[in-house]
Amino acid sequence: MTKEAGIIGYGAYIPIYRIKAQEIARMWGNNNGHVPIMEKAVAGIDEDLVTIAVEAAKYAIRRAKIDPREIGAVYVGTESKPYAVKPSGTIVAEAIGATPLVVTADFEFACKAGTEAFHACMDHVLAGRMKYAMAIGADTAQGRPGDQLEYTAASGGAAFIFTKKSDKTLAYCEGAVSFVTDTPDFWRRAHEHYPMHAERFTGKPAYFHHIVSSVKTLMETTGLRPSDFKYAVFHQPNAKFPVKVAKMLGFTLDQIKPGLLSPEIGNCYAGSSLVGFAATLDVANPDDRILLASYGSGAGSDAFSFVVQDTILEKRNPIPSVRSLISERKYIDYSMYVKFRGKIRA
Amino acid sequence: MSVPRHWREIPKRYRLIGSKCSNCGRTYFPPRNVCRECGTTKLEEVKLSETGRIITWSVVHEPPRGFERYVPYVIAIVELDDGTRLMSQITDCEPEELQIGTRVHAVFRKIREEGESGIIYYGYKFKPIK
Repeated sequence: MTKEAGIIGYGAYIPIYRIKAQEIARMWGNNNGHVPIMEKAVAGIDEDLVTIAVEAAKYAIRRAKIDPREIGAVYVGTESKPYAVKPSGTIVAEAIGATPLVVTADFEFACKAGTEAFHACMDHVLAGRMKYAMAIGADTAQGRPGDQLEYTAASGGAAFIFTKKSDKTLAYCEGAVSFVTDTPDFWRRAHEHYPMHAERFTGKPAYFHHIVSSVKTLMETTGLRPSDFKYAVFHQPNAKFPVKVAKMLGFTLDQIKPGLLSPEIGNCYAGSSLVGFAATLDVANPDDRILLASYGSGAGSDAFSFVVQDTILEKRNPIPSVRSLISERKYIDYSMYVKFRGKIRA
Repeated sequence: MSVPRHWREIPKRYRLIGSKCSNCGRTYFPPRNVCRECGTTKLEEVKLSETGRIITWSVVHEPPRGFERYVPYVIAIVELDDGTRLMSQITDCEPEELQIGTRVHAVFRKIREEGESGIIYYGYKFKPIK
Protein backbone atom coordinates (compact mmCIF):
# COMPACT_ATOMS: atom_id res chain seq x y z
CA MET A 1 0.00 0.00 0.00
CA THR A 2 1.31 3.42 -0.90
CA LYS A 3 2.39 5.64 1.98
CA GLU A 4 2.31 8.79 -0.08
CA ALA A 5 -0.49 11.19 -0.85
CA GLY A 6 -0.71 12.81 -4.24
CA ILE A 7 -2.47 15.70 -5.94
CA ILE A 8 -4.90 14.70 -8.68
CA GLY A 9 -6.17 18.18 -9.51
CA TYR A 10 -5.62 21.82 -8.64
CA GLY A 11 -7.12 25.14 -9.61
CA ALA A 12 -6.48 28.78 -8.81
CA TYR A 13 -8.67 31.83 -9.06
CA ILE A 14 -7.71 35.50 -9.05
CA PRO A 15 -10.34 38.24 -9.43
CA ILE A 16 -9.88 40.48 -12.48
CA TYR A 17 -9.75 43.82 -10.65
CA ARG A 18 -6.41 45.44 -9.75
CA ILE A 19 -5.45 48.54 -7.85
CA LYS A 20 -1.95 49.95 -8.26
CA ALA A 21 0.03 50.43 -5.04
CA GLN A 22 0.89 53.92 -6.26
CA GLU A 23 -2.83 54.75 -6.33
CA ILE A 24 -3.08 53.77 -2.64
CA ALA A 25 0.08 55.81 -1.94
CA ARG A 26 -1.48 58.83 -3.71
CA MET A 27 -4.56 58.52 -1.52
CA TRP A 28 -2.61 58.55 1.74
CA GLY A 29 0.02 61.12 0.81
CA ASN A 30 2.88 58.63 0.68
CA ASN A 31 4.88 60.57 -1.88
CA ASN A 32 8.29 58.98 -1.46
CA GLY A 33 7.47 56.31 -4.04
CA HIS A 34 8.28 53.39 -1.74
CA VAL A 35 5.51 50.81 -2.03
CA PRO A 36 5.88 47.12 -1.17
CA ILE A 37 4.40 45.72 -4.42
CA MET A 38 3.29 46.98 -7.86
CA GLU A 39 -0.42 46.16 -7.70
CA LYS A 40 -2.86 43.85 -5.97
CA ALA A 41 -5.92 41.80 -6.93
CA VAL A 42 -9.25 43.06 -5.60
CA ALA A 43 -12.42 40.97 -5.34
CA GLY A 44 -15.31 42.35 -7.41
CA ILE A 45 -18.40 43.74 -5.75
CA ASP A 46 -20.19 40.38 -6.05
CA GLU A 47 -17.22 38.27 -4.92
CA ASP A 48 -16.14 37.03 -1.51
CA LEU A 49 -14.16 34.15 0.00
CA VAL A 50 -16.86 31.64 -0.92
CA THR A 51 -17.13 32.63 -4.60
CA ILE A 52 -13.33 32.62 -4.98
CA ALA A 53 -13.10 29.20 -3.32
CA VAL A 54 -15.84 27.80 -5.59
CA GLU A 55 -14.15 29.03 -8.79
CA ALA A 56 -10.79 27.54 -7.73
CA ALA A 57 -12.48 24.28 -6.67
CA LYS A 58 -14.34 23.97 -9.99
CA TYR A 59 -11.08 24.33 -11.93
CA ALA A 60 -9.49 21.71 -9.66
CA ILE A 61 -12.32 19.22 -10.32
CA ARG A 62 -12.14 19.81 -14.08
CA ARG A 63 -8.41 19.21 -14.03
CA ALA A 64 -8.77 16.09 -11.86
CA LYS A 65 -11.57 14.74 -14.11
CA ILE A 66 -13.34 13.17 -11.12
CA ASP A 67 -16.94 12.90 -9.97
CA PRO A 68 -17.33 15.58 -7.24
CA ARG A 69 -19.59 13.21 -5.28
CA GLU A 70 -16.47 11.13 -4.56
CA ILE A 71 -14.83 14.01 -2.69
CA GLY A 72 -15.02 13.06 0.99
CA ALA A 73 -13.78 16.30 2.53
CA VAL A 74 -13.94 19.98 1.61
CA TYR A 75 -11.82 22.17 3.88
CA VAL A 76 -11.67 25.92 3.39
CA GLY A 77 -8.69 27.69 4.94
CA THR A 78 -9.36 31.40 5.30
CA GLU A 79 -9.64 34.40 7.56
CA SER A 80 -12.30 36.16 5.44
CA LYS A 81 -15.36 34.08 6.30
CA PRO A 82 -18.49 35.90 5.08
CA TYR A 83 -20.38 34.50 8.07
CA ALA A 84 -18.96 34.56 11.60
CA VAL A 85 -21.17 31.54 12.32
CA LYS A 86 -22.08 29.32 9.36
CA PRO A 87 -19.47 27.26 7.57
CA SER A 88 -18.15 28.47 4.24
CA GLY A 89 -17.34 24.84 3.47
CA THR A 90 -21.00 23.86 3.18
CA ILE A 91 -21.64 26.51 0.53
CA VAL A 92 -18.53 25.50 -1.41
CA ALA A 93 -19.32 21.77 -1.14
CA GLU A 94 -22.90 22.37 -2.31
CA ALA A 95 -21.80 24.55 -5.24
CA ILE A 96 -19.31 21.98 -6.54
CA GLY A 97 -21.72 19.07 -6.06
CA ALA A 98 -19.85 17.27 -3.26
CA THR A 99 -22.79 17.21 -0.82
CA PRO A 100 -24.25 15.52 1.18
CA LEU A 101 -21.80 12.71 2.09
CA VAL A 102 -18.83 14.94 2.84
CA VAL A 103 -16.85 16.32 5.78
CA THR A 104 -16.54 20.10 5.66
CA ALA A 105 -14.94 22.66 7.92
CA ASP A 106 -13.38 26.10 7.77
CA PHE A 107 -9.76 26.10 8.85
CA GLU A 108 -8.43 29.15 10.64
CA PHE A 109 -4.70 29.90 10.88
CA ALA A 110 -4.12 33.29 9.25
CA CYS A 111 -2.13 32.81 6.03
CA LYS A 112 -1.36 29.12 6.57
CA ALA A 113 -4.97 27.95 6.97
CA GLY A 114 -4.86 26.42 3.47
CA THR A 115 -1.71 24.35 4.00
CA GLU A 116 -3.08 23.36 7.41
CA ALA A 117 -5.86 21.67 5.46
CA PHE A 118 -3.21 19.88 3.31
CA HIS A 119 -2.15 17.88 6.39
CA ALA A 120 -5.72 16.82 7.17
CA CYS A 121 -6.54 15.91 3.56
CA MET A 122 -3.40 13.84 3.07
CA ASP A 123 -4.04 11.94 6.32
CA HIS A 124 -7.68 11.30 5.31
CA VAL A 125 -6.77 9.70 1.99
CA LEU A 126 -3.80 7.77 3.39
CA ALA A 127 -6.00 6.36 6.16
CA GLY A 128 -8.34 5.08 3.45
CA ARG A 129 -11.31 6.98 4.88
CA MET A 130 -12.10 8.59 1.54
CA LYS A 131 -10.97 8.54 -2.07
CA TYR A 132 -10.51 12.29 -2.53
CA ALA A 133 -10.11 15.23 -0.15
CA MET A 134 -10.04 18.89 -1.13
CA ALA A 135 -8.03 21.63 0.59
CA ILE A 136 -8.68 25.24 -0.32
CA GLY A 137 -6.76 28.34 0.75
CA ALA A 138 -8.43 31.61 -0.19
CA ASP A 139 -9.01 35.08 1.18
CA THR A 140 -10.38 38.50 0.48
CA ALA A 141 -7.85 40.12 2.78
CA GLN A 142 -8.61 43.46 4.38
CA GLY A 143 -6.15 46.16 5.44
CA ARG A 144 -7.19 49.18 7.50
CA PRO A 145 -7.36 52.23 5.22
CA GLY A 146 -4.02 54.02 5.42
CA ASP A 147 -2.25 51.07 7.11
CA GLN A 148 0.82 49.45 5.52
CA LEU A 149 -1.21 46.26 5.07
CA GLU A 150 -3.58 48.06 2.72
CA TYR A 151 -0.91 48.03 -0.01
CA THR A 152 -0.71 44.25 -0.03
CA ALA A 153 -3.95 42.71 1.39
CA ALA A 154 -5.39 41.05 -1.71
CA SER A 155 -7.95 38.53 -2.95
CA GLY A 156 -7.42 35.11 -4.50
CA GLY A 157 -7.16 31.43 -3.75
CA ALA A 158 -6.37 27.92 -4.89
CA ALA A 159 -7.81 24.44 -4.40
CA PHE A 160 -6.01 21.08 -4.36
CA ILE A 161 -7.55 17.62 -4.52
CA PHE A 162 -5.60 14.89 -2.75
CA THR A 163 -5.77 11.14 -3.21
CA LYS A 164 -3.36 8.24 -2.75
CA LYS A 165 -0.33 8.49 -5.03
CA SER A 166 -0.89 6.63 -8.31
CA ASP A 167 -0.19 7.06 -12.03
CA LYS A 168 -3.21 9.39 -12.11
CA THR A 169 -1.77 11.90 -9.62
CA LEU A 170 0.22 14.84 -11.01
CA ALA A 171 2.51 15.26 -7.98
CA TYR A 172 3.03 13.48 -4.68
CA CYS A 173 4.15 14.61 -1.25
CA GLU A 174 7.37 13.05 0.07
CA GLY A 175 7.63 15.04 3.28
CA ALA A 176 5.58 17.43 5.44
CA VAL A 177 6.41 19.49 8.52
CA SER A 178 4.37 21.88 10.67
CA PHE A 179 6.32 24.28 12.90
CA VAL A 180 4.17 26.27 15.34
CA THR A 181 4.73 28.61 18.31
CA ASP A 182 2.61 31.22 20.09
CA THR A 183 3.94 34.38 18.44
CA PRO A 184 1.54 37.36 18.52
CA ASP A 185 2.64 39.18 15.34
CA PHE A 186 -0.81 39.76 13.79
CA TRP A 187 -4.37 39.33 15.04
CA ARG A 188 -7.95 40.47 14.71
CA ARG A 189 -10.29 40.48 17.70
CA ALA A 190 -13.96 39.52 17.39
CA HIS A 191 -16.25 42.17 15.82
CA GLU A 192 -13.28 44.12 14.46
CA HIS A 193 -13.20 44.81 10.72
CA TYR A 194 -9.43 45.08 10.35
CA PRO A 195 -6.45 43.20 11.78
CA MET A 196 -3.70 44.65 13.97
CA HIS A 197 -0.03 43.84 13.57
CA ALA A 198 3.09 44.29 15.64
CA GLU A 199 4.95 46.35 13.02
CA ARG A 200 8.56 45.13 12.51
CA PHE A 201 7.94 42.20 14.84
CA THR A 202 6.28 40.50 11.84
CA GLY A 203 9.73 39.88 10.27
CA LYS A 204 12.54 38.18 12.17
CA PRO A 205 10.80 36.38 15.08
CA ALA A 206 7.67 35.65 13.06
CA TYR A 207 7.94 35.13 9.26
CA PHE A 208 11.65 34.31 9.02
CA HIS A 209 12.03 32.23 12.19
CA HIS A 210 9.07 29.97 11.40
CA ILE A 211 9.75 29.43 7.70
CA VAL A 212 13.48 28.82 8.23
CA SER A 213 12.67 26.36 11.05
CA SER A 214 10.02 24.41 9.12
CA VAL A 215 12.14 24.16 5.97
CA LYS A 216 15.32 23.17 7.86
CA THR A 217 13.36 20.48 9.71
CA LEU A 218 12.00 19.20 6.41
CA MET A 219 15.52 19.09 4.97
CA GLU A 220 16.81 17.18 8.00
CA THR A 221 14.01 14.60 7.94
CA THR A 222 14.13 14.01 4.18
CA GLY A 223 17.89 14.42 3.69
CA LEU A 224 17.26 16.89 0.86
CA ARG A 225 19.22 20.04 0.05
CA PRO A 226 18.09 23.25 -1.71
CA SER A 227 19.87 22.12 -4.88
CA ASP A 228 17.62 19.03 -5.01
CA PHE A 229 14.63 21.29 -5.70
CA LYS A 230 13.79 22.69 -9.11
CA TYR A 231 11.39 25.22 -7.58
CA ALA A 232 10.48 26.72 -4.21
CA VAL A 233 7.40 28.66 -3.14
CA PHE A 234 7.27 30.72 0.05
CA HIS A 235 4.45 32.69 1.61
CA GLN A 236 4.40 36.15 0.05
CA PRO A 237 3.28 38.98 2.35
CA ASN A 238 5.14 41.45 0.10
CA ALA A 239 7.73 41.29 -2.67
CA LYS A 240 10.77 41.39 -0.35
CA PHE A 241 10.25 38.71 2.34
CA PRO A 242 10.06 35.63 0.07
CA VAL A 243 13.22 36.66 -1.79
CA LYS A 244 15.06 37.22 1.50
CA VAL A 245 13.95 33.93 3.09
CA ALA A 246 14.90 32.05 -0.09
CA LYS A 247 18.43 33.49 0.14
CA MET A 248 18.67 32.67 3.86
CA LEU A 249 17.83 29.04 3.10
CA GLY A 250 20.14 28.76 0.07
CA PHE A 251 17.59 28.96 -2.75
CA THR A 252 18.16 31.01 -5.88
CA LEU A 253 15.94 33.58 -7.57
CA ASP A 254 15.40 31.19 -10.49
CA GLN A 255 13.95 28.58 -8.13
CA ILE A 256 11.32 30.94 -6.69
CA LYS A 257 10.56 32.94 -9.83
CA PRO A 258 7.55 31.03 -11.27
CA GLY A 259 5.70 31.10 -7.95
CA LEU A 260 6.59 34.63 -6.87
CA LEU A 261 3.36 36.48 -7.63
CA SER A 262 3.05 39.03 -4.81
CA PRO A 263 4.46 41.96 -6.87
CA GLU A 264 1.57 41.50 -9.33
CA ILE A 265 -1.36 40.28 -7.20
CA GLY A 266 -0.44 41.15 -3.61
CA ASN A 267 -0.82 38.90 -0.60
CA CYS A 268 -3.96 36.80 -0.82
CA TYR A 269 -3.28 35.45 2.68
CA ALA A 270 -4.34 31.78 2.93
CA GLY A 271 -4.26 31.72 -0.86
CA SER A 272 -0.82 33.33 -1.15
CA SER A 273 1.61 30.40 -1.14
CA LEU A 274 -1.04 28.12 -2.70
CA VAL A 275 -1.59 30.30 -5.77
CA GLY A 276 2.22 30.46 -6.06
CA PHE A 277 2.32 26.65 -5.83
CA ALA A 278 -0.35 26.36 -8.55
CA ALA A 279 1.62 28.74 -10.81
CA THR A 280 4.72 26.61 -10.24
CA LEU A 281 2.87 23.38 -11.09
CA ASP A 282 1.73 25.14 -14.30
CA VAL A 283 5.34 25.22 -15.54
CA ALA A 284 6.85 22.21 -13.77
CA ASN A 285 7.91 19.04 -15.58
CA PRO A 286 7.86 15.40 -14.49
CA ASP A 287 10.41 14.57 -11.74
CA ASP A 288 10.84 18.23 -10.72
CA ARG A 289 10.86 18.66 -6.96
CA ILE A 290 8.95 21.62 -5.48
CA LEU A 291 9.30 23.05 -1.97
CA LEU A 292 6.18 24.71 -0.59
CA ALA A 293 6.53 26.70 2.64
CA SER A 294 3.59 28.65 3.99
CA TYR A 295 3.56 31.07 6.88
CA GLY A 296 0.63 31.93 9.12
CA SER A 297 0.70 34.64 11.74
CA GLY A 298 0.08 33.58 15.26
CA ALA A 299 2.36 31.76 14.22
CA GLY A 300 3.50 28.79 12.20
CA SER A 301 4.86 27.47 8.93
CA ASP A 302 4.08 24.31 6.98
CA ALA A 303 6.79 22.95 4.69
CA PHE A 304 6.19 20.28 2.05
CA SER A 305 8.30 18.57 -0.57
CA PHE A 306 6.34 17.59 -3.68
CA VAL A 307 7.64 15.54 -6.61
CA VAL A 308 5.98 16.17 -9.97
CA GLN A 309 4.74 13.12 -11.93
CA ASP A 310 4.27 12.36 -15.64
CA THR A 311 0.51 13.02 -15.53
CA ILE A 312 1.16 16.76 -15.13
CA LEU A 313 1.68 17.03 -18.89
CA GLU A 314 -1.85 15.76 -19.61
CA LYS A 315 -3.45 18.06 -17.05
CA ARG A 316 -2.56 21.51 -18.35
CA ASN A 317 -5.32 22.39 -20.84
CA PRO A 318 -8.02 23.62 -21.03
CA ILE A 319 -7.85 24.94 -17.45
CA PRO A 320 -6.55 28.53 -17.42
CA SER A 321 -3.01 28.86 -16.06
CA VAL A 322 -2.35 31.17 -13.13
CA ARG A 323 -0.38 33.38 -15.55
CA SER A 324 -3.44 33.77 -17.80
CA LEU A 325 -5.63 34.58 -14.76
CA ILE A 326 -3.15 37.28 -13.76
CA SER A 327 -3.06 38.74 -17.27
CA GLU A 328 -6.86 39.23 -17.35
CA ARG A 329 -7.15 42.46 -15.39
CA LYS A 330 -9.03 45.73 -15.06
CA TYR A 331 -7.67 48.66 -13.10
CA ILE A 332 -9.83 50.47 -10.59
CA ASP A 333 -9.15 53.67 -8.67
CA TYR A 334 -9.24 54.07 -4.89
CA SER A 335 -12.87 55.20 -4.78
CA MET A 336 -14.07 52.15 -6.70
CA TYR A 337 -11.84 50.01 -4.48
CA VAL A 338 -13.50 51.23 -1.27
CA LYS A 339 -16.92 50.57 -2.80
CA PHE A 340 -15.97 47.05 -3.92
CA ARG A 341 -14.47 46.15 -0.54
CA GLY A 342 -17.41 47.48 1.47
CA LYS A 343 -15.38 50.18 3.19
CA ILE A 344 -18.18 52.73 2.84
CA ARG A 345 -20.51 52.36 5.80
CA ALA A 346 -23.71 54.35 6.12
CA MET B 1 -36.74 36.43 -1.17
CA SER B 2 -37.28 34.31 1.93
CA VAL B 3 -34.59 32.04 3.39
CA PRO B 4 -36.68 28.85 2.78
CA ARG B 5 -37.28 29.82 -0.85
CA HIS B 6 -33.56 30.45 -1.40
CA TRP B 7 -32.78 27.10 0.24
CA ARG B 8 -35.27 25.26 -2.00
CA GLU B 9 -33.68 26.78 -5.09
CA ILE B 10 -30.04 26.12 -4.12
CA PRO B 11 -29.38 23.21 -6.53
CA LYS B 12 -30.49 25.13 -9.59
CA ARG B 13 -28.99 28.47 -8.49
CA TYR B 14 -25.64 26.96 -7.45
CA ARG B 15 -25.14 24.27 -10.08
CA LEU B 16 -27.43 25.18 -13.02
CA ILE B 17 -29.70 22.18 -12.61
CA GLY B 18 -32.51 22.37 -15.16
CA SER B 19 -35.08 19.89 -16.43
CA LYS B 20 -35.17 17.86 -19.62
CA CYS B 21 -38.27 16.39 -21.29
CA SER B 22 -37.77 12.65 -21.70
CA ASN B 23 -40.27 12.70 -24.58
CA CYS B 24 -39.09 15.52 -26.88
CA GLY B 25 -35.70 16.31 -25.31
CA ARG B 26 -36.34 19.99 -24.70
CA THR B 27 -34.47 21.50 -21.71
CA TYR B 28 -35.73 24.17 -19.34
CA PHE B 29 -34.33 26.60 -16.81
CA PRO B 30 -35.70 27.12 -14.25
CA PRO B 31 -36.86 23.48 -14.20
CA ARG B 32 -40.49 22.79 -15.21
CA ASN B 33 -42.91 20.01 -14.25
CA VAL B 34 -44.73 20.00 -17.59
CA CYS B 35 -43.08 20.24 -21.03
CA ARG B 36 -44.24 23.36 -22.85
CA GLU B 37 -43.70 21.69 -26.24
CA CYS B 38 -45.33 18.28 -25.92
CA GLY B 39 -47.28 18.52 -22.65
CA THR B 40 -45.70 15.48 -21.03
CA THR B 41 -44.94 15.43 -17.32
CA LYS B 42 -41.97 13.12 -17.77
CA LEU B 43 -39.17 15.59 -17.12
CA GLU B 44 -35.96 14.78 -15.33
CA GLU B 45 -33.25 16.88 -13.69
CA VAL B 46 -30.29 17.68 -15.91
CA LYS B 47 -27.02 19.54 -15.37
CA LEU B 48 -26.96 22.33 -17.94
CA SER B 49 -23.97 23.52 -19.93
CA GLU B 50 -21.89 26.25 -18.26
CA THR B 51 -20.97 28.03 -21.49
CA GLY B 52 -23.10 29.86 -24.01
CA ARG B 53 -23.67 33.13 -25.83
CA ILE B 54 -25.62 36.31 -25.28
CA ILE B 55 -28.91 36.55 -27.22
CA THR B 56 -29.85 39.99 -25.93
CA TRP B 57 -29.28 42.19 -22.89
CA SER B 58 -30.41 45.25 -21.00
CA VAL B 59 -28.72 47.57 -18.51
CA VAL B 60 -30.44 48.08 -15.14
CA HIS B 61 -30.10 51.56 -13.64
CA GLU B 62 -33.16 51.49 -11.35
CA PRO B 63 -32.79 48.20 -9.48
CA PRO B 64 -35.18 46.29 -7.27
CA ARG B 65 -34.48 46.53 -3.54
CA GLY B 66 -31.28 44.75 -2.54
CA PHE B 67 -29.45 45.34 -5.81
CA GLU B 68 -28.58 49.04 -5.30
CA ARG B 69 -24.84 48.41 -4.81
CA TYR B 70 -24.51 46.74 -8.19
CA VAL B 71 -25.94 49.36 -10.58
CA PRO B 72 -25.51 49.73 -13.42
CA TYR B 73 -25.59 46.00 -14.12
CA VAL B 74 -26.41 43.88 -17.13
CA ILE B 75 -29.27 41.37 -17.36
CA ALA B 76 -29.07 39.10 -20.38
CA ILE B 77 -30.78 36.20 -22.05
CA VAL B 78 -28.08 33.58 -22.51
CA GLU B 79 -28.38 30.59 -24.83
CA LEU B 80 -26.34 27.75 -23.36
CA ASP B 81 -24.40 25.41 -25.63
CA ASP B 82 -27.04 22.73 -24.95
CA GLY B 83 -29.71 25.05 -26.36
CA THR B 84 -31.33 26.07 -23.05
CA ARG B 85 -32.12 29.76 -22.71
CA LEU B 86 -32.04 31.49 -19.34
CA MET B 87 -31.90 34.93 -17.79
CA SER B 88 -28.73 35.92 -15.97
CA GLN B 89 -26.70 38.84 -14.73
CA ILE B 90 -23.49 39.41 -16.66
CA THR B 91 -20.60 40.30 -14.35
CA ASP B 92 -16.98 41.50 -14.55
CA CYS B 93 -17.73 43.66 -17.59
CA GLU B 94 -19.02 47.06 -18.67
CA PRO B 95 -22.15 47.11 -20.87
CA GLU B 96 -20.17 48.55 -23.80
CA GLU B 97 -17.98 45.44 -23.91
CA LEU B 98 -20.94 43.24 -24.87
CA GLN B 99 -22.38 42.30 -28.26
CA ILE B 100 -25.09 39.94 -29.36
CA GLY B 101 -23.29 36.61 -29.65
CA THR B 102 -20.62 37.36 -27.02
CA ARG B 103 -19.39 34.05 -25.57
CA VAL B 104 -19.94 33.74 -21.83
CA HIS B 105 -19.34 31.18 -19.09
CA ALA B 106 -21.04 30.57 -15.75
CA VAL B 107 -19.47 31.83 -12.52
CA PHE B 108 -20.52 31.55 -8.89
CA ARG B 109 -21.23 34.96 -7.34
CA LYS B 110 -23.12 36.81 -4.64
CA ILE B 111 -26.51 37.76 -6.01
CA ARG B 112 -27.48 39.93 -3.05
CA GLU B 113 -27.32 40.18 0.72
CA GLU B 114 -29.95 40.82 3.39
CA GLY B 115 -28.06 43.77 4.87
CA GLU B 116 -25.13 43.23 7.26
CA SER B 117 -26.85 40.66 9.47
CA GLY B 118 -29.01 38.64 7.06
CA ILE B 119 -28.37 35.77 4.70
CA ILE B 120 -26.13 36.01 1.62
CA TYR B 121 -27.78 34.73 -1.55
CA TYR B 122 -25.27 33.06 -3.86
CA GLY B 123 -25.92 31.81 -7.35
CA TYR B 124 -24.88 31.77 -10.98
CA LYS B 125 -23.98 34.73 -13.13
CA PHE B 126 -22.21 34.71 -16.47
CA LYS B 127 -19.10 36.56 -17.58
CA PRO B 128 -17.57 37.11 -21.02
CA ILE B 129 -14.93 34.59 -22.14
CA LYS B 130 -11.76 36.47 -23.04
